[in-house]
Amino acid sequence: MKRVYVNEKWCLGCRLCEYNCAFANSGEKDMVKALKGKKIYPRIRVDEHDGITFAVSCRHCEDPICVKSCIAGALSKEGDGMVKLDRTKCVGCLTCVLVCPYGAVVQDERGAALKCELCLTNTAGYPACVKGCPNAAIVYEERD
Amino acid sequence: MPNYILPDFEVERRDDRCIRCRVCERQCANEVHSYDEENDVMLADELKCVGCHRCVALCPTRALKIVKYSGTFRENANWSNQSILEIYKQAESGGVLLSSMGTPNPCPVYFDKILINASQVTNPSIDPLREPMETRVFLGKRPQNIERDETGKLNNNLPPQLELSVPIMFSAMSYGSISYNAHESLARAATELGIYYNTGEGGLHEDFYKYGPNTIVQVASGRFGVHKGYLDVAAAIEIKMGQGAKPGIGGHLPGEKITEDVSRARMIPVGTDAISPAPHHDIYSIEDLRQLVYSLKEATEYKKPVIVKVAAVHNIAAIASGIARSGADIIAIDGFRGGTGAAPTRIRDNVGIPIELALASVDKRLRDEGIRGNVSLVVAGSIRNSADVVKAIALGADACYIGTAALIALGCHLCRTCHLGKCNWGIATQRPDLVKRLNPEIGYKRLVNLVTAWQHEIKELLGGMGINSIEALRGNRLMLRGVGLNEKELEILGIKHAGE
Repeated sequence: MKRVYVNEKWCLGCRLCEYNCAFANSGEKDMVKALKGKKIYPRIRVDEHDGITFAVSCRHCEDPICVKSCIAGALSKEGDGMVKLDRTKCVGCLTCVLVCPYGAVVQDERGAALKCELCLTNTAGYPACVKGCPNAAIVYEERD
Repeated sequence: MPNYILPDFEVERRDDRCIRCRVCERQCANEVHSYDEENDVMLADELKCVGCHRCVALCPTRALKIVKYSGTFRENANWSNQSILEIYKQAESGGVLLSSMGTPNPCPVYFDKILINASQVTNPSIDPLREPMETRVFLGKRPQNIERDETGKLNNNLPPQLELSVPIMFSAMSYGSISYNAHESLARAATELGIYYNTGEGGLHEDFYKYGPNTIVQVASGRFGVHKGYLDVAAAIEIKMGQGAKPGIGGHLPGEKITEDVSRARMIPVGTDAISPAPHHDIYSIEDLRQLVYSLKEATEYKKPVIVKVAAVHNIAAIASGIARSGADIIAIDGFRGGTGAAPTRIRDNVGIPIELALASVDKRLRDEGIRGNVSLVVAGSIRNSADVVKAIALGADACYIGTAALIALGCHLCRTCHLGKCNWGIATQRPDLVKRLNPEIGYKRLVNLVTAWQHEIKELLGGMGINSIEALRGNRLMLRGVGLNEKELEILGIKHAGE
């Protein structure tokens, strides 16, 4: 399946991906309206340490441990390979946040889980982090 | 010491749009932007702003605008703000003023006063989309006569040539003055386009030897990075005598830019200043130049053309005539408006002559003396678009070098502070966190796009003139007319006035 990959060599740590993600998932048409004065809850996050920056989002694992650990049955592995979260079922136990080996599942403003769904379930239609990356550090492609 | 310097720019931030993402802050190597958490406001230290527009380009909500500083000293037609500020700077530092890129002063651009012809009624124009159009050129010495062996067959006496798919090459820009990623972008683009890029006087990084067939290596007064392998891998060798932005002076790459990699390529210790002397200490005459030309030819078994690059100065025609007799295959002339990574401001803004006049007088002189075929002519010094290329060729050039235009394609915003080494676009810097901002995967495609676009435009312009090859345009000054030029300028350019 096509996944979002990050090349650390070209990641500048500008964090535009975080804002593009939050905007894409806001449902708003205007970025200012969507994000002005608000704390953002992006599904991709830039990790920064010792001059190295790297954006992290859900890997859509072949055998996702988050799905196995979800006590509410909110997480599922779809036919196309995407790990999907049904937020109406999430009870906010955050077991998925604990078990994810990549730290790719996060909490939203209500305390429920939040994760990257490749912008296939929102209005963007194509990963907004990839589209907005100024240095082509984030790519959306099929790899073996 | 008190500081009287005014800012060059003001940062205008539309607070109704700013979402405090702080991308501007993270991307500014000059540390203009900062965030005050307590009051939730973005702040700006305008004195540090160089106007590179990195923040403007990356601001996701277009909340930023960099405008010219509106404050002014008491108005004075003689003493401009710039003149006053330069005196303050020198009174403070006691140093020579430094600048980067080509002069921003309003010097005459003759290209803008030259118009191109087109066919109407009596001779047909050509549609380049339907008919073949040749933009390929060869650079090098032309054989003076036809030689045959005893059986009457032609002897191949063609001296080594460079083959270009378009009459455009990337100018000499050293690894050191520009970044690894900028060099990689240029090298890959030149390879894909079938043209050449030039190492400048910085040696050649070992990673780039694979682009050798599309590389021109430079031998300059500091001889940095020159060794047998360097000469052998290249397609041609350029002896740099001068540079349009700073004729008559050498170069100085500060020690901070001599990183581990740069030091290896230049063959000098890490952190030492790389100083190129003003003259070549072994060249004081055309005869001396001839010795270096032939030393380099000897070292490479006469397989590669040798280019001699000079700045356009007052006696350029006589100088070029001497070079054409020195054994050089190609003369590159760099005009007054040419770029640089750092030059003393006064030299850049006051020394040299415009490339159009230099080119026209050199081409004429070489023709008059019957030695035009000895050399190809490459011109540089602010070739800004395809029309400049066409005009230069009609004035007598074989090809053009583009430096600034190529950097602009890579993202350069002409802020002209290369000498500070903090290029926010990852071009004129060696700081690893800044160098990585230029992804060569993107960079080389942008260069390929630029030259491809120019090639299309050159074909359109040629077609309009009813000409189907660059060869037929070269030195074809009847295709040019001047507007608003005086008799003397027209005479030197060898063109008629519009309407004539």
